[in-house]
Amino acid sequence: MLIEHGPVPRRTQSPQNQASEHLRFIRDVMERSASFTAVPGWGMVVVGLTALSAAWIASIQDSPDASLMVWFIEASIAVMIAVLTLYWKARKSGVSLTSGPGRKYILTLAPSLVAGLLFTVALWQAGNTELLATLWLLLYGAGTITGGASSVRVIPALGVCFMMMGIVSLFVAPVWMNVLLALSFGGLHIGFGLYIARKYGG
Amino acid sequence: MEDRTVFRSMGVLQERLDPLIHARVRLGIVSALAAGETLSFRDLKVLLSTSDGNLSRHAQKLEKAGYIECIKSFQGRMPLTEYRLTPKGGVALRSYVEQMEHMLQVARSATHSRGGHRHETSPQPIESDY
Repeated sequence: MLIEHGPVPRRTQSPQNQASEHLRFIRDVMERSASFTAVPGWGMVVVGLTALSAAWIASIQDSPDASLMVWFIEASIAVMIAVLTLYWKARKSGVSLTSGPGRKYILTLAPSLVAGLLFTVALWQAGNTELLATLWLLLYGAGTITGGASSVRVIPALGVCFMMMGIVSLFVAPVWMNVLLALSFGGLHIGFGLYIARKYGG
Repeated sequence: MEDRTVFRSMGVLQERLDPLIHARVRLGIVSALAAGETLSFRDLKVLLSTSDGNLSRHAQKLEKAGYIECIKSFQGRMPLTEYRLTPKGGVALRSYVEQMEHMLQVARSATHSRGGHRHETSPQPIESDY
């Protein structure tokens, strides 16, 4: 055993396998470490700003359908910004978005987003759009909590805040929904995004 | 290449390995900071599944060698200890990875020279752009 005091326990005998194990260990730690910071803070800030704009535009629309369309466009833009900034941050950290941390975050958040989209279409077709904001807040919160389970503690905390806003939205009149969405998708994203960007490098 | 020659070459290469990094927790700390920029003591502890005392001891060695930088502050009233990789630490990790890759190459060339009868599992190339 040549690398007997190294970071990898004695499992394999050949020097080649030993060296491979060392490199795998480094890569594994780097991937898991990057998962702590894979969420892009500045991306969240930009998403928050677009959400604030969307909330204002939605609030001056004449019909619920028009407001819904504004939020649908905002969601599409937000997803694009999130994916792009996730990619940039992963690249900056020296890991691939399709490897460990980025993939884990996207795969755990995506089911909630897809469920939200499907329920939105179903509720819109049924003419019941009053509960949409609650649905979005709760599903996005749940997705953020699971997506951030292996990340820094601030990410699940963000998810909890969204879920709490979702609960609050159950007791708020529909006319205040745009304000609530502005506070959550806008305010929470900007606040938490700035904190992440300052503390975890971008 | 004969096995003895390979093992002798490996021995020489091993002697060149940086003993400060060539320990599980210390290599873990340096690798984690290379990808994570700044990590708190608690984050590192969770990431490396180690105890407070063990992490503290190894972090102190790396800090003393100038491989990592310790930043102490307060989060509210709670003290917060964070670590960051220094340029010297980054160079040390890159060098360590290069040495490991070199050892792999030596072992591979030895395998090929024997006719490739022994098939070892090859690792995927690790990104060295930290």
